[in-house]
Amino acid sequence: MLVYLIRRVLLAIPVMFVVAAGVFLLLYLTPGDPVSVILGPDASPERAEELRQQLGLDQPVPVQVARWFGRLLQGDLGQSIYLNRPVIQTILERAEPTLMLTLLATLFAILVGLPIGIVSATRAGSWADLGAMLVALGGISMPSFWVGLNLIFVFAVLLGALPVAGYEPLSKGLWGNLRYLVLPAMTLGFAQAALLARMGRSLMLDVLREDYVRTARSKGVGERKVVLYHALRNVMVPLVTVMGLTFAILMGGAVITEQVFNIPGIGRLLVQSVLRRDYPVVQGIVLVIAFNYVFINLCVDILYGLFDPRVRHS
Amino acid sequence: MTACAKGDSGLESDARSEVRRRERPWYVTVLRNRRLVIGGLLLLGVLSVAALAQGLATHNPLLVRPEIRLTPPNAEHRFGTDNFGRDLYSRTVYGARISLVVGGLVAVLAALAGTLAGLLGGYYPRVDMGLMRVMDGMMAFPGIVLAVGIMAAMGPHVANVIVALTIVQTPRVVRVVRSVVISLRGMQYVEAARCLGVTDWRMLVRHILPSCISPLVVQCTFIFSEAVLGEASLSFLGVGAPPEIPSWGVILGEARLYIRNAPWMIFLPGMALTVTVLALNLVGDGVRDWLDPRLRKTL
Repeated sequence: MLVYLIRRVLLAIPVMFVVAAGVFLLLYLTPGDPVSVILGPDASPERAEELRQQLGLDQPVPVQVARWFGRLLQGDLGQSIYLNRPVIQTILERAEPTLMLTLLATLFAILVGLPIGIVSATRAGSWADLGAMLVALGGISMPSFWVGLNLIFVFAVLLGALPVAGYEPLSKGLWGNLRYLVLPAMTLGFAQAALLARMGRSLMLDVLREDYVRTARSKGVGERKVVLYHALRNVMVPLVTVMGLTFAILMGGAVITEQVFNIPGIGRLLVQSVLRRDYPVVQGIVLVIAFNYVFINLCVDILYGLFDPRVRHS
Repeated sequence: MTACAKGDSGLESDARSEVRRRERPWYVTVLRNRRLVIGGLLLLGVLSVAALAQGLATHNPLLVRPEIRLTPPNAEHRFGTDNFGRDLYSRTVYGARISLVVGGLVAVLAALAGTLAGLLGGYYPRVDMGLMRVMDGMMAFPGIVLAVGIMAAMGPHVANVIVALTIVQTPRVVRVVRSVVISLRGMQYVEAARCLGVTDWRMLVRHILPSCISPLVVQCTFIFSEAVLGEASLSFLGVGAPPEIPSWGVILGEARLYIRNAPWMIFLPGMALTVTVLALNLVGDGVRDWLDPRLRKTL
């Protein structure tokens, strides 16, 4: 297990290196001089020179690369041009809404998607199954922001039951926080719930065809116990991976959902920073989200090794 | 299927009917594939709308008329007008063009770049090492986040959207092609061809590439659908197509701001987007089943 763990961690390092290099390269994708793009055409030469120094663009490229990696190793993501504060600080301040939203959406996706998939599998071919799978197919085809707009229209505009948009921090109480996050979490989790339902169903169908399930049935085990006790266990192994990744995927999707509901999280900061041409913040957020993704992937891999000894020795 | 001659054992008749089934002409298996048929028809509909946009539109999609801004649906504007008084129906009709052009081009470009890289990576282990580390790194970004980052650097323009989404999608193609190449590399027929003195290039193009085509087609259909969604998402966020372009994402991004006063704005472009993505997903599922019936699963 230790060997497996070390190998996994070592494999993650080059990925993180490539991610960091890619984010560094983002600034070089700008057409022409990044400084003039950031400041616009009317900037004074002094301000331009100042910014050039701040971004380190006055140095030769190898020095820039070295500095970039050197800073990253110290956990320094640079300085925001627009807010004039350390990038890492602005990101941390905006982390709470994004984490809450992603967590709730993950819960929604798992608690709604999985049971639907499993029940559908046990009644494969029935009208309920067909209906559920049609909804799931629609779910993966509907853009999340459109789902969100429809939810806002029905629950906030027509019924007036929930706030249209905005956010209340957790420190002001859980209830108020949840009231603002119910619709966003459903919006964000919907597509993933649909995906989990489809996967859960097809995995369950496969397992229900296995010999040992037939054996269990033939020795008189009740259908309910066969599904929940014998079959579900083997369905869970691959699903743990999917559920772990769900959190990581939804973190990216939160960028869109936060924009729909005006939630002041990391995703909204990213979009705002793009529009403000605040490149250090854009780079910082893209990097943080990608690192997070790599980290969760690593955790899932390690968990997978714990659950399934075959993985460890392959 | 009933062509089981007297004296055949059950097993043999099974095998024979299996052969019979494969002998059916291709159009029969296509027409029996419900998802492929429904998806194909929907897609054909969207394609016709895009092609005939000029004839179908009732108004100029770019014409700004502030005096009739945010008009609810009426006889003149069947689906209402937006915040600049532009006809929503006409804008949505033209939006089909943006979606399909962006989605189609991204699918084709990602297929070309990904196939080239995948063939080389799968065939030459030395290339593979570096290539796959880069691809792993690219796959570590959630698609939308990487696309937003690239758009931030390049600026809002439809061409840049295509570039950004192609960069995001290419690693997926590389993975698919590479895995096929690796599984074929050790095959006897490849070895035989090599013994006959076939050059590497000819080996890749004539003997290995054909086996990659069917998984590639399936993957590209899904990339098409993801690119349509990706373009709409970027434009919705305000970092994709510029605001005057009638893209479904742009319209929905504006609709968000007027959801209290003009909720009709969200209906048509959202439906159009959903139907297009649904059609592409159905076609993708359908093609996959058609090419490899063993994979058939849901619905």
